[in-house]
Amino acid sequence: MHIHPLDAYRFGESPLHRLDARVKLSLVLLFILCVSLTPTGAWPAYVFLFTLVLSVAAASELGLTYALKRSFLVLPFLFAALPLLVTTRGSVLAEVSLGGWSLEVTAPGLERFLSIALKSWLAVQMAVLLTATTPLPDILVAMRALGVPRLLVAILGLMWRYIFVLADEALRKMRAREARSASAGGKGGGTITWRARVAGQMVGSLFLRGYDRSERIYHAMLARGYDGTVRSLPLKPLSSTERVVLGTGIAILFSLLLLTHFLG
Amino acid sequence: MSTLDWLYPPLATMSAKEAIATDGFSPAGPVPMHIPDGFLSTPVALLMWIVAVIGVAYALWRVNRELDERQVPLMGVMAAAIFAGQMLNFSVTGGTSGHLVGAALAAIVLGPWAAVLVMTCVVGTQALLFQDGGLLALGANIVNMALVGVAVGYAVYRTVRKLAGDKNWGLFAGGFAAGWLSIVIAALLCALQLAISGTSPANIAVPAMGGIHMLIGIGEGLITAGALAFLYAARRDLLMAGKAQVSVSRGLWMGGLAIAIVLAVLSPLASSHPDGLEWVAEQQGFIEAAREAPYQLIPDYVFPGIPNEAVATIVAGIFGALIVFAVTYLIAAARHRRESLRTR
Repeated sequence: MHIHPLDAYRFGESPLHRLDARVKLSLVLLFILCVSLTPTGAWPAYVFLFTLVLSVAAASELGLTYALKRSFLVLPFLFAALPLLVTTRGSVLAEVSLGGWSLEVTAPGLERFLSIALKSWLAVQMAVLLTATTPLPDILVAMRALGVPRLLVAILGLMWRYIFVLADEALRKMRAREARSASAGGKGGGTITWRARVAGQMVGSLFLRGYDRSERIYHAMLARGYDGTVRSLPLKPLSSTERVVLGTGIAILFSLLLLTHFLG
Repeated sequence: MSTLDWLYPPLATMSAKEAIATDGFSPAGPVPMHIPDGFLSTPVALLMWIVAVIGVAYALWRVNRELDERQVPLMGVMAAAIFAGQMLNFSVTGGTSGHLVGAALAAIVLGPWAAVLVMTCVVGTQALLFQDGGLLALGANIVNMALVGVAVGYAVYRTVRKLAGDKNWGLFAGGFAAGWLSIVIAALLCALQLAISGTSPANIAVPAMGGIHMLIGIGEGLITAGALAFLYAARRDLLMAGKAQVSVSRGLWMGGLAIAIVLAVLSPLASSHPDGLEWVAEQQGFIEAAREAPYQLIPDYVFPGIPNEAVATIVAGIFGALIVFAVTYLIAAARHRRESLRTR
């Protein structure tokens, strides 16, 4: 596989790398569903889910902080949940005065905000571990096994092959623009509309090159006997170890859900 | 901006701005549009998945019928092109930059159904590769950007082209309006989903998301118009090919307009009556179910201390956009009637 900065896959020989992508993808999806179903403020459950993340991270041999570092991605979105601190009714924890308005931070508000932050952080870490240990073509095979239409998977597969080519093209265009217009790092030249028009023309030419390329690819495919049917290799059955891993994972997540809903 | 180096260590070789553009959220908006996991309640996320699956399945069927075996290379490469096109940005001011989401451009050039598939692949790859948007929330992100973004962009473009008749300005004005409104409406829908999930109160989320994306959308609109200008100069036939699908996509045209209008009306209503969503829930009788559930479907939210006037100005902006849109639509309808009278 072409090694490229866009590829999130990190090469390795760990047990997690070797595990079948179908098992990994289904368990990650179930994990995220389980996180989503965990009630607000179920702190023990969050701790348990975090230990699951940590143990999977340990099995990935990428280092415990790998997923952690890449999980801060969700931080900007937390702005959306910030108003919950002051809009939820309940006992007042603290009062913040913000330019004439006095806002009351409530205990249930804080609980809800922290729960959302933790849940999204847990979910994103698991997704990071999936993409770091599974090459995208394997994930595509797993998607087909989980019932995603063959055609959509074929389109995604082709997209994956050409993303690198077109991303390189886009980077070359940006380098060319930077070389030609003065102080592109700062304000850049011209008015905003001029800069936008230049960017638009770059997008237009990228679009056109993609279009022409797709035509050439189509003819190349025709020349090699493509007749419109998407053929793929039959999926190999899961080994017994893989089935045990899948079963254990499902059992752990399901019992966690039962416990939090009936004891919590 | 150095924070991006550890967010995307592999992209550290690019400049910070390129890296920002690659990850799909713009620093111009502290509230990006790709919803991560954890922000939507499970029922909302699952419902959006159902809508997404139905929409994408229908688009697959339509594209299959119209494009035959050409579709795999065309859709695949165009999805890659949109993905790469999102990296191209332009600086606005003070370190913020405008860049493309691409739903409107894809809808205009490739036709709406192909655009739905292309955008679905783009949004899906962003979630899988960069965790840009969650996996459980992917359904909602597909609905917002691939289904609604494309439908609204396509409908607005068609409306403005109709309005302009055969004149060239319709192409650019249409592209700008399509890009702008597709972003704004998708953001409003995103805000509503967050509000129904109880993550963000409607009276804050809707004006904030709407307001921010009214600004971000200008960048989208300008880039879309610029790209159309380039295509008009270089390959006019590609843009004119879209005209062939006129009769085929009338349903989607009307549907896209309907979505835009309903959301433009519904969101300000939801935000000016923050209890409106709850009221609907009560009427529908599912609020009891929501209260009994271990997780709250619709929590109580009020905002003490914020005078509604502060918010009202932004709501007024949304209403303004709605009125402009309604007037445009009415003129288009009148013109259409005049033209059909003339041909009779």
